[in-house]
Amino acid sequence: MSAASDTAELAEPVVKTRGYWSGVVRRFSRDPVALTCAVIVLALILAAIFAPYLGLNDPYHASMIKRLKPIGYPGFPLGTDEQGRDMLSRLIYGGRLTLFVGLMPVVFAFFIGSALGLVAGYAGGWINTLIMRTVDVFFAFPSVLLAIAISSALGAGIINSLVSLTIVFIPPIARVAESATAGVRSLDYIDAARASGGGALTIIRVHIIGNVLGPIFVYATSLTSVCMILAAGLSFLGIGVRPPEPEWGLMLNTLRTAIYVNPWVAALPGLMIFITSLCLNLLSDGLRSAMNVKD
Amino acid sequence: MTDAPKPGTPLVEFDNLKVRFRGERTVHAINGVSLSMQPGEMLGLLGESGSGKSVTLKTLLRLLPPKRTDIEGGVRVNGTDIKTLSGRRLAAYRGGEVSMVFQEPALALDPVYTVGDQIAETVMRHKGVSRRAAMDVALDMLTRVRIPSPERRLKNYPHEMSGGMRQRAMIALALACRPQLLLADEPTTALDATVQIQILLLLRELQKEFGMGVIFVTHDIGVAVEVSDRIAVMYAGNIVETGTTRDVIKDPRHPYTKGLLAANLHGAVKGERLDAIPGSPPALEEPPSACSFAPRCAFARPACLEALPPEIDLGGGHKVRCVLEQDQVKTPQPVEA
Amino acid sequence: MSKTDPRSAKADRGGPNQPLIIAKDLKKHFPIRSGLFNRQSATVRAVDGVSFDVKKGETLGIVGESGCGKSTTARLLVGLIDLDEGHIVFDGDGLGEDISLKELRRGVQMVFQDSYASLNPRLTIVDSVAFGPKILGLGNPTGRARDLLGRVGLDPNRFADRYPHELSGGQRQRVNIARALAMEPRLVILDEAVSALDKSVEAQVLNLLNDLRREFGLTYVFISHDLNVVRYISDRVLVMYLGEVVEIGPADVIYENQAHPYTASLFAAMPSMDPDNLTEEPPLAGDPPNPIDPPSGCRFHTRCKFAEGVCSAKTPKLSVIGGDDTHQAACHMQEPGSGHSAAIKEAAE
Repeated sequence: MSAASDTAELAEPVVKTRGYWSGVVRRFSRDPVALTCAVIVLALILAAIFAPYLGLNDPYHASMIKRLKPIGYPGFPLGTDEQGRDMLSRLIYGGRLTLFVGLMPVVFAFFIGSALGLVAGYAGGWINTLIMRTVDVFFAFPSVLLAIAISSALGAGIINSLVSLTIVFIPPIARVAESATAGVRSLDYIDAARASGGGALTIIRVHIIGNVLGPIFVYATSLTSVCMILAAGLSFLGIGVRPPEPEWGLMLNTLRTAIYVNPWVAALPGLMIFITSLCLNLLSDGLRSAMNVKD
Repeated sequence: MTDAPKPGTPLVEFDNLKVRFRGERTVHAINGVSLSMQPGEMLGLLGESGSGKSVTLKTLLRLLPPKRTDIEGGVRVNGTDIKTLSGRRLAAYRGGEVSMVFQEPALALDPVYTVGDQIAETVMRHKGVSRRAAMDVALDMLTRVRIPSPERRLKNYPHEMSGGMRQRAMIALALACRPQLLLADEPTTALDATVQIQILLLLRELQKEFGMGVIFVTHDIGVAVEVSDRIAVMYAGNIVETGTTRDVIKDPRHPYTKGLLAANLHGAVKGERLDAIPGSPPALEEPPSACSFAPRCAFARPACLEALPPEIDLGGGHKVRCVLEQDQVKTPQPVEA
Repeated sequence: MSKTDPRSAKADRGGPNQPLIIAKDLKKHFPIRSGLFNRQSATVRAVDGVSFDVKKGETLGIVGESGCGKSTTARLLVGLIDLDEGHIVFDGDGLGEDISLKELRRGVQMVFQDSYASLNPRLTIVDSVAFGPKILGLGNPTGRARDLLGRVGLDPNRFADRYPHELSGGQRQRVNIARALAMEPRLVILDEAVSALDKSVEAQVLNLLNDLRREFGLTYVFISHDLNVVRYISDRVLVMYLGEVVEIGPADVIYENQAHPYTASLFAAMPSMDPDNLTEEPPLAGDPPNPIDPPSGCRFHTRCKFAEGVCSAKTPKLSVIGGDDTHQAACHMQEPGSGHSAAIKEAAE
């Protein structure tokens, strides 16, 4: 006793497409630039993680004799720094801190900012006003200044760098999350879910998160390169990582004086920062088009 | 402006037009459209979503992305193959010889210029007249599309106008350079019923006044009847039936046309089961090798699935692509390739 | 079958003569805020004193142009937006007095115009349909959803695990209907539910709606701008203009004899469908006015060719047309003793 005597699937072209994520993977794998960048970033991260097992020289071992040796010096493929420490080793070890301080704040900010934005976007009204105006106050400052101000107030150190950079990146992510949520919130399927008796938390969990996380995630990845540069900048200014820890920004600072003696070696940390942030940016662009995020 | 139309030349001529989109999926949007239209004629192009009616219009204006589109067959306007146009001649053709009215005037008009500026700018570009003269043309056009207090409206931005007013301004803009051909892409679909009828009657009047040819694309049979001299019914990228409005409406021959007329519910009896066409249109991933409508057709027979249906000329310009008509006409036309 | 569920077999509490839903003097005004401090600068009178009832098993068609408040009325009936004033009585139970919003929503469901926007793109259609039953804690929500998909003409074996973008517009709208039915409602509000569909598909969905009404004993409120469709599906028709009811009556009566000049204009604006008898003149000039600060008196007087002084001075009340109290219109010409020259001078006492 089917109600639909004229069935809809009659003569229906079966357009069975693959799932969303397999489509994302397929589109991403067809993007050579993004793919290359992904390989480079992945290699940098792996090298940083497994640095102790790569058979490198001790990055802290100084030598007064072998200071500022050029690239290709026997035993030191990338030369030595102003204290005679192995540059290759320091760059790879430096990747640990730089990438950690450069990426983790975005990860923290992603969770906190998304949560704030989701609540503000879904609730609307005075809750939205309260959250978003507070966020706007932070947003009003240029990110570099804000990071410097918070870091100086908290003092140098890795934890404080993480905290200050996280605070810097919460407002932009919260903004994107709020506008994405408000956009989805106005769609009919949310009304339909409300009419089905769904509570706010259920609706956010089932119907909203899945549809806003993509755009927020893509946006967050585009912030990683900025965050890395900021983190390196803080160390460069002496309010981030403290010596003798290897960190690219800090290394750039200490090698700055050697720029006339051995410019190539002095430029290496900067080159690393440049390559990494460029790759992160292009990777984010690739993700954006692969995930079909419109903005 | 290009040369004056040679006498006897059709205004628009499609000769076995085929349009295919490449991309993640290939779509055969237009599959052998042949149609010609005389100057000053008002042709209604009727079809549902995906039938290829909008693609036909975009082909005429060369608006399709060239990298992703394969176009085969001839498209001639006033005897000129528009595929050969480029650069300055293409720019003169678009907006000068042929212009277009869109479904959403709010999107088609530039929000940062006043209506008067937009019309004047187009006139200056195509006619090479002074700004003052162009503004006079703009004022004249707003008067002709019956916009109340046109002097004041010249200085309005699109967002300061209501939907119906914006569509009138859009028509004024499209007609400012006196095109020989106006393409109207569902221009009344977004409007309220009482406004829609105003715009339809306005277009009908302006068409008589200016003597231009109009291709009016719509999904609504009632709208097509209200404005068209002739109707062409499209399905799956082909024209399945064409003829004078009277012939097509009062004596529809193609089962799809009949189904569309029934689905309009004009005169449907309440509660009685509707004679709905089952299923939905084909996805057109392959070029059709048989009648595209056959899978949904109540009268389909084996012959329908064997080859492309022939075009049968019923006389008086009434043509239909359906094997069912073959038996009823004494001298069937040869099957077109 | 789902009918055995004790919660769905909610007794016909009010009896057959109790209207399923009564809307009494509904009002909804939206503030327009602007400026630095979000001060209210104007008010959209979206729904301004609308009253009607829907009898059990009937279909009430609501017609009107954009801005007339028909969609707002629909959302008020489902409780998606809060009433400013007025009462909703569902089968004899007053909303907020005898039943809660949650209970009302069990009985009233809605199908929206945009079939794509009304489905979560990241959920398979069976999950979308099962969402409501899951929330309600009904047993076997997935089984119910698959059963309903079958009833709306989508073979669950082929369609259940598809995503909305893999379906055509007509199929998506069938999913939305199934989703509404999953809540086992007694009243379904169809807000332009077939308007975005192609005509050939629209006819299929209308057939489906008629079948489902019989099978599930449903009552419909059918909102549309297409008068042909409304005539086909509705028992009674309600015409709205700028947030007010201007005419209400049996569909056949209104289609033959429109008492309000606005209703008459709406009908005259329909394309003629007869190439030998084309529309000669548009029945109305200009666009519908903005529901922000609507005209005084009869809101239609700015566009009405019969308007007289009384029309802008006095708001007309719904009055009975031709002695048939099911047919009412709010026009001074129909109101005896209103002062309009076309009205009967004084009520025949």
